[in-house]
Amino acid sequence: MDSILEIKNLKKYYKEVKAVDGIDFSVQAGSCFGLLGPNGAGKTTTIELIETILKPDAGTILFQGKPIDHSFKNSIGIQFQTTALQEFLTVRETLELFAKLYPKKKPIDEIIAICSLEDIIKRDNRKLSGGQRQRMLLGIALINDPDILFLDEPTTGLDPQARRNFWQLIENIKNEKKTVILTTHYMEEAEVLCDDIAVMDHGKIIEQGHPALLLEKYFQGVILKIPSESFPKNPSVSFSFEKRNGYVHVVTRNVEKTIHELIREKVPIEGLKIDKPNLDDLFITLTGSSLRT
Amino acid sequence: MRRFLAIFNARNLEFFRDRGNFFWNMFLPIFLIFGFAFAFSGNNDAQYKIGLSGQTPDTLEFLGFKYLQFIPYKAGDAALDKLRHHQLDMYIDFDAGNYYVNTDSPKGYIVERLLLSDRGQSLHRQSVSGQSIRYVDWFVPGVIGMNIMFGCIIGVGFVIIRYRKNGVLKRFKATPIHPAEFISAQMFSRFFIMALMCTVLFAGTNFFLHFMMNGSYLDLAFIAALAILCHISLGLLFSTRIKSQELAGGVMNMFIWPMMFLSGIFFSLEGTPPVLQTISRFFPITHFIEAARKIMLDGATLAGVMDNILIMAGMTLLFLITATLIFKWE
Repeated sequence: MDSILEIKNLKKYYKEVKAVDGIDFSVQAGSCFGLLGPNGAGKTTTIELIETILKPDAGTILFQGKPIDHSFKNSIGIQFQTTALQEFLTVRETLELFAKLYPKKKPIDEIIAICSLEDIIKRDNRKLSGGQRQRMLLGIALINDPDILFLDEPTTGLDPQARRNFWQLIENIKNEKKTVILTTHYMEEAEVLCDDIAVMDHGKIIEQGHPALLLEKYFQGVILKIPSESFPKNPSVSFSFEKRNGYVHVVTRNVEKTIHELIREKVPIEGLKIDKPNLDDLFITLTGSSLRT
Repeated sequence: MRRFLAIFNARNLEFFRDRGNFFWNMFLPIFLIFGFAFAFSGNNDAQYKIGLSGQTPDTLEFLGFKYLQFIPYKAGDAALDKLRHHQLDMYIDFDAGNYYVNTDSPKGYIVERLLLSDRGQSLHRQSVSGQSIRYVDWFVPGVIGMNIMFGCIIGVGFVIIRYRKNGVLKRFKATPIHPAEFISAQMFSRFFIMALMCTVLFAGTNFFLHFMMNGSYLDLAFIAALAILCHISLGLLFSTRIKSQELAGGVMNMFIWPMMFLSGIFFSLEGTPPVLQTISRFFPITHFIEAARKIMLDGATLAGVMDNILIMAGMTLLFLITATLIFKWE
């Protein structure tokens, strides 16, 4: 696959804060690229720089091999983290408003079908539920039939059912070979949707690659999770462990040997869980488990 | 109670930490109090208005009578127009040795008796006639002006600031639309709304009150259109950078309230200190009201209000160009 977007040495500083500090990555055409990171890592600033909402202090952004210019806005669709719209318009009127701002547009009826907006098309856009509103905003982002779709934490605040419905919409869009750039807090979302991910922290990309390959790189084996209260304070064991969210996590390739050592240390087996490592584990391993404020 | 105090405290912090907002909210009322105290200082008990021109004699006690307000005039024509419309009760031209009264004015009769009781016989009586202008005839251009001022400044300025604050502008910035397109769309939308509202307001009230109209309706419409454009441009200028609605409210009040009271909407500025009359010339609304009154009451043509037209046109260009140059989406 060819790179549709290449980012080189991108920087954005606010006085002493290095919001984006010289990052490089490329996005393959037709793929879903996930930008992950804790709050304040620089994800939103990064995609707003690419979207031309913000001006970078340094760096190059290439779209289909050429530096972006004003016409780049015609080729992208954006769903911001938070967006307000002009009030007292119906969903259809809102879509029509945005359709008129672009030279190229997708038929409104197609947008309605892709985003499942049939039932709310005549509704005042102030009277939509969270999930309905996100579907409408996705519709607006798709209105110009973009080559690249930017989704900035699109499912934040949605209930699990609405979130999963939204994922299905993204899958449908991916099937149309659109390139999607997604930021999210939800590792499960990234795992389901993303072909490639980059993990950001403190304005830098600290790891990137295919999710499965990254998991393979960082976790060779499975994770045993033992309730913290049943784990001895100073055990005499050969494996390393880490306390996290009320459990002691042990990454091991040899489950039998590890369990044998646990039994020797009189650790009760009740409550022990064996999990496959996931992006949650990778995220915490890379960015640290403490809450970022 | 704990929750109440927490919210109470948070809101207070929010207010006091927004320094711009705090400044405007704190100092605007102080400014208004001092401004109005200055504007309306002195004797407010005047019952009769007398225009004066020429060298006033020291010997005329009439000039020291209580409850008379004396207003100096350079041009006799302006004073005579006021006299014809009962906006003056007498006009005295000392250089020509004449005094003028309106034979249709009861107040003019009283003032003439007072003058004649004090050596006024040395002046020659001249008379003019003309029906008084009802207050509503005089007031309606002010009301239309006030409507334009509020509708345009708040309707454009405040709305764009709200759009900026809640992210609507950011959403539009992500599209290919240019700021000039966005601004002009906002302007024309508000122009259309205000033109419609002013037409309905004027025509609707005119149907019942039959306002005096000595000039042309087309000329009045032209002046109103120019005033709408000028105030929309001013609203845009307010909206170019401000992000907080509360700060916007303070800044707009800083301009709107002085314009409201110092542009002649409710009462004539004659007799107010010259500095306030000078300040009022910087308000676009003053020029609209002045031009509209000249057209409606004095039958002036556009040529007769060209000064007001040029000043409003100049202000429109200045506000618009500045607003476009410094406009920020976020």
